[in-house]
Amino acid sequence: MGFLTLEGLTRLYGDVAAVSDVSLSVAKGEFVSLLGPSGCGKTTTLQMIAGLVEPTSGRITLDGRDITHEKPDRRGLGIVFQSYALFPHMTVAQNVSFGLEMRRVARAEREARVRQALALVQLAALADRYPRQLSGGQRQRVAVARALVIDPPVLLLDEPLSNLDAKLREEMQFELRGIQQRVGTTTIMVTHDQGEALSMSDRVVVMEQGHIVQVDAPYRLYESPATSFISAFVGKMNRLSGVWRPGGVEIGGRLLPCNGAGLSEGAAAVLAIRPEKIGLKAPGAGVLDGRVKGRFFLGSAWFFTVETPAGLIGVSLPNAGEEPAREGDAVGLDWSSTSAKAAKPEGAQGA
Amino acid sequence: MSGARVSTTPWLLAAPGALLFAALVLVPLALTVVLSFHAYDVARGVQDEFTLAHYAAILSDSYFLNIFWRTLRLAALTTLICAVIGAPEAYVLSRMREPWRSIFLLAIIGPLLVSVVVRTFGWSMLLGPTGLVNDTFRGLGIGTVKILYTETAIVIALVHVMLPFMVIPVWTSLQKLDPMVEAAAWTLGASRFTALRRVVLPQVTMGLLSGSLVVFGLSASAFAIPALLGGRRLKMAATLVYDEYMHELNWPLGAAIAMLVLVINLVIMLAYQRVVEARAKRTLG
Repeated sequence: MGFLTLEGLTRLYGDVAAVSDVSLSVAKGEFVSLLGPSGCGKTTTLQMIAGLVEPTSGRITLDGRDITHEKPDRRGLGIVFQSYALFPHMTVAQNVSFGLEMRRVARAEREARVRQALALVQLAALADRYPRQLSGGQRQRVAVARALVIDPPVLLLDEPLSNLDAKLREEMQFELRGIQQRVGTTTIMVTHDQGEALSMSDRVVVMEQGHIVQVDAPYRLYESPATSFISAFVGKMNRLSGVWRPGGVEIGGRLLPCNGAGLSEGAAAVLAIRPEKIGLKAPGAGVLDGRVKGRFFLGSAWFFTVETPAGLIGVSLPNAGEEPAREGDAVGLDWSSTSAKAAKPEGAQGA
Repeated sequence: MSGARVSTTPWLLAAPGALLFAALVLVPLALTVVLSFHAYDVARGVQDEFTLAHYAAILSDSYFLNIFWRTLRLAALTTLICAVIGAPEAYVLSRMREPWRSIFLLAIIGPLLVSVVVRTFGWSMLLGPTGLVNDTFRGLGIGTVKILYTETAIVIALVHVMLPFMVIPVWTSLQKLDPMVEAAAWTLGASRFTALRRVVLPQVTMGLLSGSLVVFGLSASAFAIPALLGGRRLKMAATLVYDEYMHELNWPLGAAIAMLVLVINLVIMLAYQRVVEARAKRTLG
């Protein structure tokens, strides 16, 4: 039995289902991300948990208590909004203190807890500033402190990092996760950024068009995406169409090694392989030859696009400190059969 | 060279407006000030003779002071009622969806589209002894209530006209509000009412205060409404000035009253403005 459970949660807007039949069970202390493109229903799901949107049908329980129709001010959940939604006319300390005042916590205890919460997010020195005097990252910390100070059973994060610049976003990822682990609050985060979801969560829930399509640990989600939509959304994926033969997919008369369970010989198949699972070798030494079309230096890695008889293939190599193949070089692509998977093609969906 | 041009450009651009303002407001005002110091004789009219007698007469006569007091009292009451009705009205309006929002906004601005005289006659028909309101009262067994030619009638009609001047600034400041801020207050345990009082209201004070300034100023100088709904005996500052000019033909006295009203209004509004600005500096930066 989960700490927070959603059962068949559905929200209709007119005839359109923003969220349909979402069921999920979150354990106490777990960090779960709702991941998906915009309009997939992840934010609506979060708002239903928060009590800001009334579900059309379904049930939400928190620690065994049915909270489906409870008012937001009775749920006691901590929420960090995308815009942070700080009270602009109150100082940082007053913002953080607001939730405690509503709970009629005595002044002395209130002040102690506000100090503690601000120390947790390293903002103790800015307690008397107004939100407009803070940077984006600092505002976000205030929002986190304000949500955590009330000791919520569940912390909800709505795209918490989307308003920060790239560098700060990366730092806050680790910091938010660190805070969450220290405090131990059950956390649900909504994000459209797969990197965030993968690096911060215990489990990732991928949503598409109002439905949950996969729930898995970040590692398993990345390695075994359930659908081509997920494989394309989470990380990069090369997809090569051909025909299944024992031991691999045949494309243009060449057998490319891969795993393929439940495929019959001669059936159309799509080989899927991640760019970082491919190695570059001398021409003829790999499973497929090609020519480097583009080369991009990403700092920690090199990314190549390689023109091959099977199509354009992306290859990612860790930066080993030397300059690898250049544009126009003939190369051989190599991978082991365990790192590539073949599956039946699904509809007309591109990758 | 270019520095000089930069510094004269704003003056040149502001000049047409400034000239118009000087010609249409400052000159008549100056003439009124001069007129208020002229002596007046019932038989011979305005005399070329400097006197402070009109100001002394006004400030020592309880008849005039009563009218000033009534003017300020009714303007303040109108402002208060407008704030109490207008702020929630603006909030409801900001939460409405299209097309309802546009329709109701038009309904609120509507009174401004009708001539003030026509609208005021409408009120006198409604509020009169045989009007719809008293018909209803009689129907309910309350009996006839004297509303027309009382302060109540003046305040009712003033509130009706002034409401848009309160709703629109409050509505504008509500538009600037992040709707999630109110939701944040709910999730932190605030009831709807507490969230409104502690989170929404402080952020629309600026709109509320500037709306109050406009409503107070316009109410204190209103003419048609007190003239038509207050009757002959219930005067406000503007109707008093009119009477001195048109009935008593004592223009200097009328001018002195007008100047005093202007000064009182100015003092109140400037003091209020200072409060507003101090507050804005504190909360909005």
